Amino acid sequence: MSALLFLAQDSPAKETLPQINYPAILPVLIILGAACVGVLVEAFLPKHQRWSAQVFLTLLALVAAGVALAFYMTDAPADGATTLAGSVAVDGPALFLWGTLLALSLGAVLMIADRSVEPGGAFVATAAIRPGTIQDREQRLGAHPARRDAARFGMQTEVFPLTLFALGGMMVFCAANDLLTMFIALEVLSLPLYLMCGLARRRRLLSQEAAVKYFLLGAFASAFFLYGLALLYGYAGSVRLEAIANAAAGSDRSDTLLFAGMALLIVGLLFKGSVGPFHAWTPDVYQGAPTPITAFMAACTKVAAFGGILRVLSVGLESTQWEWRGVMWGVAIVSMIIGAVLGLTQTDIKRMIAYSSIAHAGFLLIGAIVLSPAGVSSTLFYLLAYGFTTIAAFGVISLVRDADGEATHLSQWAGLAKRSPLVAAVFTFLLLALAGIPLTSGFIGKFVVFSAALSSGMAPLVVIALVASAIAAFFYLRVIVLMYFSEPAPDGPSVTVPGAFTTAAITLGVVITLLLGIVPAFALDWAGTGTFAVR
Amino acid sequence: MLEPASSSSGGAALLVALLLIPLVGAIVVAFLRDNDRLAKQVALGFSIVEFVVMVISWISYDPSGARMQQAFSVDWIPTLGVHLSFGIDGIALVMIAALALLVPVIIGAGWTDKLPADRSAGAFLSLILLQQAITVGAFAATDVFVFYVLFEVMLIPMYFLIGQYGGARRQYAAVKFFLYSFLGGMIMLASAIGAYVQAADTLGEGTFDWATLVQVVSNAPLENQIWIFLGFFLAFAVKAPLVPLHTWLPDAAAEAPITVSVILIGVLDKVGTFGFLRYLLPMTPDASKTLAPLVLIMGVAGVIYGALLATGQRDMKRLLAYVSIAHFGFIALGIFAFSAQSETGAVSYMLNHSISTGMLILVVGMVIARGGSSLIADYGGLAKITPALAGVFLVAGLASLSLPGTNSFISEFLVLVGSYGNEPVYTIIATVGMIFAALYILWLYQRIFHGPVRGNALVDVTGGPGTAIAPEVGARKAILDLSGREKLVLAPLLVLVLGIGFYPKPVLDVITPTVDATLSSVGISDGGN
Repeated sequence: MSALLFLAQDSPAKETLPQINYPAILPVLIILGAACVGVLVEAFLPKHQRWSAQVFLTLLALVAAGVALAFYMTDAPADGATTLAGSVAVDGPALFLWGTLLALSLGAVLMIADRSVEPGGAFVATAAIRPGTIQDREQRLGAHPARRDAARFGMQTEVFPLTLFALGGMMVFCAANDLLTMFIALEVLSLPLYLMCGLARRRRLLSQEAAVKYFLLGAFASAFFLYGLALLYGYAGSVRLEAIANAAAGSDRSDTLLFAGMALLIVGLLFKGSVGPFHAWTPDVYQGAPTPITAFMAACTKVAAFGGILRVLSVGLESTQWEWRGVMWGVAIVSMIIGAVLGLTQTDIKRMIAYSSIAHAGFLLIGAIVLSPAGVSSTLFYLLAYGFTTIAAFGVISLVRDADGEATHLSQWAGLAKRSPLVAAVFTFLLLALAGIPLTSGFIGKFVVFSAALSSGMAPLVVIALVASAIAAFFYLRVIVLMYFSEPAPDGPSVTVPGAFTTAAITLGVVITLLLGIVPAFALDWAGTGTFAVR
Repeated sequence: MLEPASSSSGGAALLVALLLIPLVGAIVVAFLRDNDRLAKQVALGFSIVEFVVMVISWISYDPSGARMQQAFSVDWIPTLGVHLSFGIDGIALVMIAALALLVPVIIGAGWTDKLPADRSAGAFLSLILLQQAITVGAFAATDVFVFYVLFEVMLIPMYFLIGQYGGARRQYAAVKFFLYSFLGGMIMLASAIGAYVQAADTLGEGTFDWATLVQVVSNAPLENQIWIFLGFFLAFAVKAPLVPLHTWLPDAAAEAPITVSVILIGVLDKVGTFGFLRYLLPMTPDASKTLAPLVLIMGVAGVIYGALLATGQRDMKRLLAYVSIAHFGFIALGIFAFSAQSETGAVSYMLNHSISTGMLILVVGMVIARGGSSLIADYGGLAKITPALAGVFLVAGLASLSLPGTNSFISEFLVLVGSYGNEPVYTIIATVGMIFAALYILWLYQRIFHGPVRGNALVDVTGGPGTAIAPEVGARKAILDLSGREKLVLAPLLVLVLGIGFYPKPVLDVITPTVDATLSSVGISDGGN
């Protein structure tokens, strides 16, 4: 922390305590505070009370943070505010992203808390037990088979505080106004995610593999980010986005430092947003992680990463946009093509959604590099729309199961509509939303992003994006074909009747996907209020 | 809740009813999954009410009145300048009328159809009515955004209709249909956004209002117009399949249930040619004129190609699909020849094609329902068993090849006469297609209905004792002539084929003012020559 202050301080002459605008950052404080309390709960409460206490605490924190956010927004300054010595900017986009993150986390936490879909919850009790041993079998099947209730399985309830820590990191990440704060937030959001990826109750090896892959590649990306940060500090003499922007606008220092730093920094950010060609971790991690965590990552990490990308590009690097725009065009195209084309070849539904998320990252990147107010607001809207659709989609995926847990192989989904018409209908709706069919939020999102891009002269990119959407539509359609037009396999999976928690999460996602598709005006207006605060 | 737009000439309630009746019907019928009979009755009821409202709407339509009648507009997404605006002109009216006519007819025609196992009539008819509601909306939309939304959503019921109720290769056909149209729609979205951005640049704020966009885009530089034209054109050319974007139609038509084919070929595909008239010509007049040769080549190629392939088909349903491809080429020729006569001919062809081809598909469906096969080679001499069916088939076939006295004749004649003045070469080539039309229709009729009774569909080769009526091969299967229900279903179409054939004035009266308005927006106002 002292290093942070030292770097953030332009003149080390006199240390003064920074002014802190507590109401503005109260939502973050609530989330991080609740996370700390959650750790204490883990330490002091007996095992059988932890789940209910943690669920209560987590939901309470989310709601309280949401209330604090709403309260602050009623009289927030129109052009935003910075606090903590200018290291955190609480402005229009940040408030929108915070609201989005809190709402999405609510959905994800509901799924994490569910113990009826997978008896005992999707998380293993003791992750350190080696897969394949007797102890592992015991904790998977339940230590006391005589007890029929969910509690007999036990569950790693530390996921709740870990989720809150990750969420807190994400919130800081998309409000960070200097690169060092951003880096710390990046670590705070990443480390819990690495852990949580390895906690799946079923398919332990796959889950652990996912965790290790995510950790190793994530560490690389963090290193890239840090390296870029260091170079930019060398160039601008400050880690503040505003100072970097000023230095880049009028400076005779070596451009090599600037460009190299910029490139490395952006690579680190694109990795988190799973933008191709920095997407390599995405399919494996999405597949291996417990599905509620996949939903959390797919929705919230995407929001946070693109929140960060938007801020860095708009505030820090806007004046150099002619240098990086061409490269970003290329990255967006590569991401869309990789996502759409490789998605065609997938046979696992979670991997398929992962490639879909890579294609969507490409679309989002188009919005992010427009840099106009319309570009920012359309990207924000897209994030909101995409997040809810994804959460609900993973919620449905977690319901389709056979004896070995989730039935994620596509062939197992054949004829699902005959056995569970409602689940099939809901999933069809979500797939159509991902494909961007009108009357879903996905269409409005694509529409606003593409119109922002078109009005800033990016017509070729838009056409490529539309063609990529059409290609991607094929693999969404394939699932619909399987569910509706194919005969069910005789020993196919059954659909678990979801408990209240997962039902709530899916309902939340579906309702918002529909609402944003039919009456998007409110969210569009909200996304369009306020611009990035610089100081 | 509904605030009539200032341009409204009253009667908005009629259009609202036209939009809502099938929608409400779809929802109600969707709940009748357990009772097939009741579902059919209710669906038929809704479709007949829709037909009646359509008739009232037609009567209250004033051909000499405002361009858009029965119009209304409600705010939808103010941030984007999107309004739920609907209104009908003469062209939209005849297409909505064709749909309102065909839906009760196909519900009646499919009354005894066997659905695949586990599928209920309620779900099927609900999709049909939903399709009707969305398609009416697409014809009536006067906001480009709303049109685009409905244009895309239109795919979903049809996708399920083909994919769930179709033939052996229905999965392939449904996905192919969806992807072709969706890709076209996506490209059109780029153009729609382009038009929106053009309006934002010109007016200071974006809008999707059709009339405003026509104003703005038609005054835009030619280069912009060409890009906007190409996006819309691609989507419409996939929909009204012009060669070479047609390959989805034979598959879709062959795999879809007969009744669905009637809707698909009879009305849905006309959204494409409708789009030419409503969006391409007024919005991008300069580009339309510049790129007319492209469309004309595609149209004429379709006429010849469709005719040749129709002649060579062995499957009746595929044959009809290729016939339609030829007809759509013909309509495109009429539209892009830019004369009042050819244009009027093309629009009336859109209606008459719905009636005559719809009838032909239904009759072919009745043949297939009797023989259980759609291969032409499985039939022969059917006229001896079912003379009434043969008679109706012949009338529908002759209407399809535009014999004088049938409804299509006047349309085809107008297209040829009108096009010859501006585009003699293309017109002469297209006329060759008419010769083929006689060939493939009459040859089809001859193979199925004339000669000795033969073919696997009609004759049981293994033979049954004592029932051998046909001397040369096995026993003739028990096949009945048209039932009372089938006669009832075909009667209105038959009446219209002959009625419009002899007295086309009511149709032409409705169409002509809208066609003149469309042409004057392209800069041709002399009323043809």
